[in-house]
Amino acid sequence: MAKMLAALFRHPSGRIGLVIIGLYLLAAILATLGLTPHDPLKLFAIDRLKPPSATYWFGTDLLGRDAFSRLMLGIRQSMFIAFASVAIATIAGTIIGLLAAWWGGLWDGLFMRIMDVLLAFPAILLALLIIAVVGPGAMTSIAAIAIVYTPIFARVVRGPALSLKQREFVDAARTFGSSQTYVLTHHLLLNLVAPLAVQVTLALAWALLTEAGLSFLGLGTQPPTPSLGLMLAESRNLMQHAPWLMIFPALTIMLGILGFNLTGDALRDILDPRTQGRQP
Amino acid sequence: MTKLLSVRDLHVGFGRDPKANEVVKGVSFDLEQGQTLGIVGESGSGKSVTALCINRLVDFGGGRITAGSINLARADGSVLDVAQADEKTLLGVRGRDVAMIFQEPMTSLNPVHTIGAQIAEAYRLSQGLTGAAADRASLDVLERVRIADAKSRLGYYPHQLSGGMRQRVMIAMALAASPRLLIADEPTTALDVTVQAQIMALLAELRAETGMSMIFITHDIGLVAGIADNIMVMQNGLAVEQNTTGAVLDHPQHDYTRHLLRAVPHFTAGAAVRSDGSRANTAEPIVRVDDLAVRFPIGKAWFAPRGAIHAVDGVSFDLMPGETLAIVGESGCGKSTTARALLGLNQRHRGTITAGAGNSSHPVQMVFQDPFASLNPRLTVEALLAEPAIANGRKRDAALRERMIFLLGRVGLPEESLTRYPHQFSGGQRQRLCIARALMLNPDVVVLDEAVSALDVSVQAKVLELLVDLQREFGLAYLFISHDMAVVERIAHRIAVMFAGQIVEMGEARAVLSAPQHSYTKRLIAAVPAIERRRQHFAVDMTQVPSLVRPPGYEPPPARWQQIGGDHLVREETAHEQN
Repeated sequence: MAKMLAALFRHPSGRIGLVIIGLYLLAAILATLGLTPHDPLKLFAIDRLKPPSATYWFGTDLLGRDAFSRLMLGIRQSMFIAFASVAIATIAGTIIGLLAAWWGGLWDGLFMRIMDVLLAFPAILLALLIIAVVGPGAMTSIAAIAIVYTPIFARVVRGPALSLKQREFVDAARTFGSSQTYVLTHHLLLNLVAPLAVQVTLALAWALLTEAGLSFLGLGTQPPTPSLGLMLAESRNLMQHAPWLMIFPALTIMLGILGFNLTGDALRDILDPRTQGRQP
Repeated sequence: MTKLLSVRDLHVGFGRDPKANEVVKGVSFDLEQGQTLGIVGESGSGKSVTALCINRLVDFGGGRITAGSINLARADGSVLDVAQADEKTLLGVRGRDVAMIFQEPMTSLNPVHTIGAQIAEAYRLSQGLTGAAADRASLDVLERVRIADAKSRLGYYPHQLSGGMRQRVMIAMALAASPRLLIADEPTTALDVTVQAQIMALLAELRAETGMSMIFITHDIGLVAGIADNIMVMQNGLAVEQNTTGAVLDHPQHDYTRHLLRAVPHFTAGAAVRSDGSRANTAEPIVRVDDLAVRFPIGKAWFAPRGAIHAVDGVSFDLMPGETLAIVGESGCGKSTTARALLGLNQRHRGTITAGAGNSSHPVQMVFQDPFASLNPRLTVEALLAEPAIANGRKRDAALRERMIFLLGRVGLPEESLTRYPHQFSGGQRQRLCIARALMLNPDVVVLDEAVSALDVSVQAKVLELLVDLQREFGLAYLFISHDMAVVERIAHRIAVMFAGQIVEMGEARAVLSAPQHSYTKRLIAAVPAIERRRQHFAVDMTQVPSLVRPPGYEPPPARWQQIGGDHLVREETAHEQN
């Protein structure tokens, strides 16, 4: 892990990506600890729609709340949802893909057809479906994004797992009676870490964007809790009077996605099998 | 005789700094018109790179000629220095003056065109023939490479042909331009031994017919013995010895040549079999296999399968403690399937496998062919060696570590290996690791499935020695699966010959190798290249292996065995099998 981070840092675009992700994580941690310049929920009634200044770095919104503080909390909210949903999708997708490949036959068909059905739904539509059942909120976003990404991970895992299953070291493990769990974790999963790491980073970028989209439509995080998409939605009608309310959240979303994508690309370069021989 | 090719002080390097990364370090040789030069060496000796320089294909592999000259006499009488020639001139040289055939005939042919179209293309490019003229020429050349029923074969795709047929098609394409020099880069390494003999005989006949020169590259000095006029032995980018074939083989001057001729297993028709461990009839066999059958159903229809590949059909044998039974045969004869069925890796259709009371819960262990594929690249040696023990409920404690270090030492690897990963070892070292791992559970029987086939010849000899030592020390019984008769001769006490899923002959190694009885065994042994037999002439033998796809419900006729001498059994041949 430490080796991978060091290699990432040596890679030019990986370094930029890591710095961006680092800044976002810092903002999220500070927001969690309450270390924002102002209270993000407090209304400064006299300072409504102020442009960026020394007091309010990114200006204030229609209700007089500090945009910078809200942005920090928004990053926290968006990152939390992105990480949680991708974590769930990774675990669920990996287990489904591994077992589909390992058991094969009917199980493979059943699991992968279910994944195909899920893959046919756009995230927003799926979120609507879930909201119809449980109501909107952060948990709804997490569930919707996780469900949308599970089939992608299942597919990413199943393909290489199928070919690993045929490898001689798996046959060898069978000849000395290794347990199914040992073979799955040591021989299959361990060899899948590289493609999974790339996929996780890229999925985080998409999850960030999907979360912003969901809350922009009012399906995700509910006010007054700030989130990046929600702030964009609130700024929609004020675009002409207070462009800073739109520009900063939009830039934040864009930079975040850029950060994850750059890291993902760098990871792909580093873990490429053609250059892999150089590092254990 | 005129000089066709004269190579002087050739240096070839790779990478960004070709001078620093030299692979060929000053090689010189001459080739007369109509002569054959055999270049012999192990992998990494620079033999292929040297040959690839002659048509400058080496450029496409990232190589650069850093010094030296390659003077080639062209068809019009001019002499060209290939090392200095530009790409445009070289296009005229490749194919027309210098043709080449490669090791793997499947990847050298385009899978989406018929072989007829591909041969016609060769004629169009080299001689400008088109349409009917090209088709007629293609038919002619297919007949010249002795492909039966050539007319209908023209419409075949490469995957419809066997490996030997594909290599013949490659030779036909090379012949299309009537080259003055044919470079054959390990053309038979991927082929079975009887097919190899067919290709070698074909090349010898074609050379006599056309008067072309040949450069034959191989790792097997026994193979070129029969065809080459001169032999050049290469090691680490240098030609360590070159002379006429007779002089190199009978009076080798360089240590490395002597090593290749002595240390490396050469087939001697039973003269080099092991003398230890004669079979005691009183002992209880450690493994007894009775009427084993493995079938793979094909093309499942709705209710009943449409037939099955009878990979193994009614195989029986037993294995005594401490003895080596070698199963020999060509690809597809069912020898590996038998081995895998023994380990439970293939489902049995029928038959019983009885393992005697051994000293371990897993009395049968296996070593696979490819040491690169049978070790998980993400685990350290410690984790790899510990796996069999952990799988059987042992803790990773000091005692286990001690056993790992003991076995590592026994196979000739240092203790520090434990923390390293498989890719940090060479092929031979990895196979030693695999052997150590197979011994972790203290088995009675080790199945060695082509365990030395992927290794370089001199490494092969060392691993064989190790296997014999380990057998004596631990009283192991080996089931040694191999296609290589020379290797089998060195390690086997008994030999079972498999053909088309059945054992056709079984007995004491010396008896089977020196006095084969079954017609297939005779053919197999006659096909093995041997230095002693280099002056014998081989006719082109066109026998093909029968299909193993059988209709549902097919059962093979019961085997009738004929006993020849104490322990030598031969399956009686039916009239159908004999033709």
